[in-house]
Amino acid sequence: MALTGVEIFKLLPKTNCKKCGFPTCLAFAMKLAQRQTTLELCPDVSDEAKQKLGEASAPPIRPVTIGTGDRAIKLGEETVLFRHDKKFVNPCAFALEIQDTLTESDIEAKVREVLDSEIERVGQKLRVDAIAVSNISNDAASFSAAVKSVTAAAPEVPVILITGNPRAAEEALKYLAEKHPLLYGADASNAEVMADLAKKYKASLGVRSDNLDSLSLLTEKLKTLGVEDMIIDSGARKAKDILRDNTLIRRAAVKKNFKPLGYPVITFAQREDSMFELLIASTGVAKFSSVIILSSIERWKNLALFTLRQNIYTDPQVPMQVEQKIYKIGEPTPDSPLLITTNFSLTYFIVSGEMENSRVPGYLAVMDCEGLSVLTAWAAGKFTASKIAQFISESDAASAVRHRELIIPGYVAILSGALEDKLEGWKISVGPREANGIPAFLKGRSTV
Amino acid sequence: MAFTPLKETYPGKVYTVEIGKGEKAVTFAGENVLPFHTFEGASPNRPVIAYEIQDMPPDEWPDTVRKPYSGISSDPVSWARFCQDSLGAKVIALRLVSTHPDRLDRSPDEAAKTVSDVLAAIDIPLIILGSNHAEKDASVLVAAAGAAKDSNCIIGKAQEANYKTIAAAAMANNHKLIAMSELDINLSKQLNILITQMGFEKDRLIIDPMCSALGYGLEYTYSVMERIRLAALAQNDATMQQPILGDIGMYVWKVKEAQAVETSVSGWGALEERGISWEAVTAASMLIAGAELLIMWHPEAVQKVESLIDELY
Repeated sequence: MALTGVEIFKLLPKTNCKKCGFPTCLAFAMKLAQRQTTLELCPDVSDEAKQKLGEASAPPIRPVTIGTGDRAIKLGEETVLFRHDKKFVNPCAFALEIQDTLTESDIEAKVREVLDSEIERVGQKLRVDAIAVSNISNDAASFSAAVKSVTAAAPEVPVILITGNPRAAEEALKYLAEKHPLLYGADASNAEVMADLAKKYKASLGVRSDNLDSLSLLTEKLKTLGVEDMIIDSGARKAKDILRDNTLIRRAAVKKNFKPLGYPVITFAQREDSMFELLIASTGVAKFSSVIILSSIERWKNLALFTLRQNIYTDPQVPMQVEQKIYKIGEPTPDSPLLITTNFSLTYFIVSGEMENSRVPGYLAVMDCEGLSVLTAWAAGKFTASKIAQFISESDAASAVRHRELIIPGYVAILSGALEDKLEGWKISVGPREANGIPAFLKGRSTV
Repeated sequence: MAFTPLKETYPGKVYTVEIGKGEKAVTFAGENVLPFHTFEGASPNRPVIAYEIQDMPPDEWPDTVRKPYSGISSDPVSWARFCQDSLGAKVIALRLVSTHPDRLDRSPDEAAKTVSDVLAAIDIPLIILGSNHAEKDASVLVAAAGAAKDSNCIIGKAQEANYKTIAAAAMANNHKLIAMSELDINLSKQLNILITQMGFEKDRLIIDPMCSALGYGLEYTYSVMERIRLAALAQNDATMQQPILGDIGMYVWKVKEAQAVETSVSGWGALEERGISWEAVTAASMLIAGAELLIMWHPEAVQKVESLIDELY
């Protein structure tokens, strides 16, 4: 189980030497307990303490990395059941299944879809993370040929091999030397030979069973065979079973530190109907899947999945912020209205959404208030007349609009006088208090 | 090491709520476990999806979601019948948007007439929603609640600014009531306490913690719902044991992802599928977080989410 800050403190040198960058050993211990720093920063810690702390600070779900380089995907390391308790750590990976019965040109087309899947959203680059080649043919030559095509077309993309056939697995692994693929996998019938292959080719091992009990026994057996990095599959395919097994796995790992199930989970979401597959995958995103296998990656589907993953894996303790700048809503002209608000993402989303709804193009000046909403930022002294004046003067607002009128949120109407004093040449107008009043407000103005 | 599943049992339970009358009455909630955790406790009723209709033509709805209702949505009665008879709706949610002062500013009496007409045309339960204008809703919903007396509807939404009159009207006319607060578990709890202090029975309330669309604050709604459910079950907090509403459609269909044509946003894919999937994924997330009642717009999104419920429940 995880140690408390005080328990960790007892194992530290207690010299308060500050070499770790923290003012005291206790402060460092507290950060270690919250997993916000690493023990390596302490140059004087004893080997005994290192070992004890290392074991205790090992996350209940083992970290496993698939692939190498910039596109490597890190999975696991989760510590909680609910995202409001603490940030979910490593976002789940999406992998497109490519069957080895497809023609070479079809395989290439699918690989291209994966390579082209990147979308930028709220400053993050999101994409389909991996390719899962499945040995539908059960033929070693077809499988290795498919894997060869995939690695030739997308050498950087992490690969998952889906086969229960050791001969096919080995033929394919030869094309993935030093690339840390995921070999899925091992079951009760082939555990020894798959374990040998995973070790020989430095692959992580996917482990499949048909219930949690036999799965636990299988991972323990594989561990004694020397396999460390595993990704587990309880055999759940229906949404209800995925939710149940993933919940029981996460609970056992987090609450009981039950090591045989302390591994990232793989979920097979493939369905005939793509939109329904999206909902099965969404269930996995919300409920603890670490790798989700998809049969198709239409762009609309990716956008929804990437966005859900981003939402679920957001840090609940850090207000989401958007970049400080003047945003264009619709296609504004130099005569379009200019509104201002704070950079709390929810505030931005709601205000910009209502401006879009109004169908009146405009500019939205978003000011950095450390992610606070309008009233909170005002109360905290971050959304004041002088700070707004400074922001507007230094921004490119004056070149974006010909007029000199700034519309402020109704909740801070009190600022209008002071702001007119400080922002010379500008007229300050007071907008509605709530964002849902914006469409009527803007439409009313544009007809004047 | 043999695996022993760690099952959670809780002292608390969510109230069961029944709406409507007769054979087509609908019951939801009543579980003593987290959403779809049927492996460790009782979850006697599956979540329910209501189709939203409005009391004026949905001119502001994006094409994708206006299309399935073209030809029938100019009149709330034909719209309601279509949802019930052709789409197989189990519940209808009538939103009286025309009463908003910025829309048509229709009177409470006109709203009451619409409610009576719709009720006369359907035999499934009805949810009656105002235009989300706190002041106007107070008068509109009082009239609407009276027009629907004893039909066992859900009236909403009561907010901090107007709950007294709306709760009194729901009570006097034997309806259930939606209590809405803005994305904060404490505000939600506070409002429930205020309403029950008026003598409103706590098993007739429905919590709306405020919905948000995928990508637009969904994580806030998601976590508030999870925390409300944990308060209800683990802490046995009777002020949080009401079913949760996810008012999905109105939040989803105004976001850019549901509206922007493919040519204007590179890489976002087909508009129609994008809009429908945005609503379906938002709805699915809210169900997994704890909502037992959803209000949705697009028939195809409803169907997909019903199929998911079939598998999850």
